[in-house]
Amino acid sequence: MSDVCIVGAGIHPFGRTEGRDGMDQGVYAVKQALADTGIKWEDVEFAFGGSSASGAADTMVSQLGLTGIQFINVSNGCATGGSALNAAASAIKSGEYEMGMAVGFDKHPRGAFNADPAAYGLPNWYGEAGYMLTTQFFGAKIMRYLHENGLSTEALGRVSEKAFRNGAKTDHAWRRSEVDLETIMNAPMISDPLNKYMFCSPAEGAVALILASEKKAKELGGPMIRLKTSVMRTRPPGSFEVFAASIDNERGGTATELAAKAAFEQAGMGPEDIDVAQLQDTEAGAEIMHMAENGFCAHGDQEKWLIEGRTEINGALPVNTDGGCLACGEPIGASGLRQVYENVVQLRGTAGERQVPGDPKTAYTQVYGAPGVSAVTILQR
Amino acid sequence: MGAQPIADNLFTDENMTALVGARNKQTGHIFFPLPLTPNDDIEPIALATRGTVWTYTVQRFPPKTPYAGPADPMDFKPYVVAYVSLPGQTMVESRLTGVEPEDVKIGMEVELTAIPLDPDAPADEQIMIHAFQPV
Repeated sequence: MSDVCIVGAGIHPFGRTEGRDGMDQGVYAVKQALADTGIKWEDVEFAFGGSSASGAADTMVSQLGLTGIQFINVSNGCATGGSALNAAASAIKSGEYEMGMAVGFDKHPRGAFNADPAAYGLPNWYGEAGYMLTTQFFGAKIMRYLHENGLSTEALGRVSEKAFRNGAKTDHAWRRSEVDLETIMNAPMISDPLNKYMFCSPAEGAVALILASEKKAKELGGPMIRLKTSVMRTRPPGSFEVFAASIDNERGGTATELAAKAAFEQAGMGPEDIDVAQLQDTEAGAEIMHMAENGFCAHGDQEKWLIEGRTEINGALPVNTDGGCLACGEPIGASGLRQVYENVVQLRGTAGERQVPGDPKTAYTQVYGAPGVSAVTILQR
Repeated sequence: MGAQPIADNLFTDENMTALVGARNKQTGHIFFPLPLTPNDDIEPIALATRGTVWTYTVQRFPPKTPYAGPADPMDFKPYVVAYVSLPGQTMVESRLTGVEPEDVKIGMEVELTAIPLDPDAPADEQIMIHAFQPV
């Protein structure tokens, strides 16, 4: 079975771009990825892509060229990008194709995502009575996690402080200014214990990645960035997910734990082998929980790690080197692929001011979303 | 008329004595609320009216639609949303009442009550929702 390599990567800056819709941002990212690979659209044999709010990805062939390629739309919530990548990698591993593309893009209106109770199998009263807010879920979940693991709310502030510090060094980030810890801790509360600097915002952006077989990648002559594994998992019993009117007294595992375990097994490595990681940080608490759920540290050790700077760019395990969702915002379809994009840049050693020192060789991504899905990738140079 | 519960099948009776939960007859799994579509495997059960706060958060800004309570930013009052663990059953998501957000503690004992969605609405037009209050 051929190894799958990422031979090209393109991104449309995240944040807000007036006058350019989500699809056009996707096309922009694709063109950038093609140029980065040094190929033409005609060379791409197949594509998987998706968006949550900006239309069917396959329609972008009208702008890229009617080459007749297989283009499959992916709709998997927050795991859309990860699922597109997963499917593209499988197509190459199967031996059917030599080179293809995964693309994700989105453009969301300002403010929190609005949700319809019926779409989640919930009665109307659930929304009318004021429970239909993702922010409540995140607040309640991390409130319990901090309590169980003896972590302070300042740990949340430290995650945000790091995100903005890294975002300030990142071309494609939305929030490009540092914010100090005191300012963060004194900001207005949104859903306790999370305040306005601790949530990411719905945003815009796009990422395209070109994948190729090992043979094709060698022909192209670029650095060999191998996709060692790409895994997507759904939730086990007893997990705690968004829009739950009730949760089981008996607590269970998480989709992320399942995905991480499978990814490390498939890649034949462990958390200690990873040089840089991009972890889902929809809000600051998510990064903290995901540090442990992915196996990088024990539950409860996160605050110590943050105080010691272990997840800083020059730390033992740099986490969210481009500022993550907190600094980049969250276009649902593109978010998971942004993490992989950032790792490609880090492994190539071209991340500039935010480059992880010491010539990183392995890089990890994890994206998590509703209703309890998680996707993990491991790259190796 | 008088005050009305926000939905049928939420409480066991018009006095709003207990919440209606759902029990899977095959597995014994208990959850809340009853599913939207009837299912032969699911039977309604009365949920316990006392439990403990497992976790909570505070809704600090007025929600958008479909929220039907008072949402004017000028007089919006933040409300506490908790998961209340009912022993041997499930954890129910519920407002807390009779306690300030600053005074809520994980583990505190609470009991079921009903509160008006809009306290300023005329008494005979009030729509009632479930809430738990400190014991």
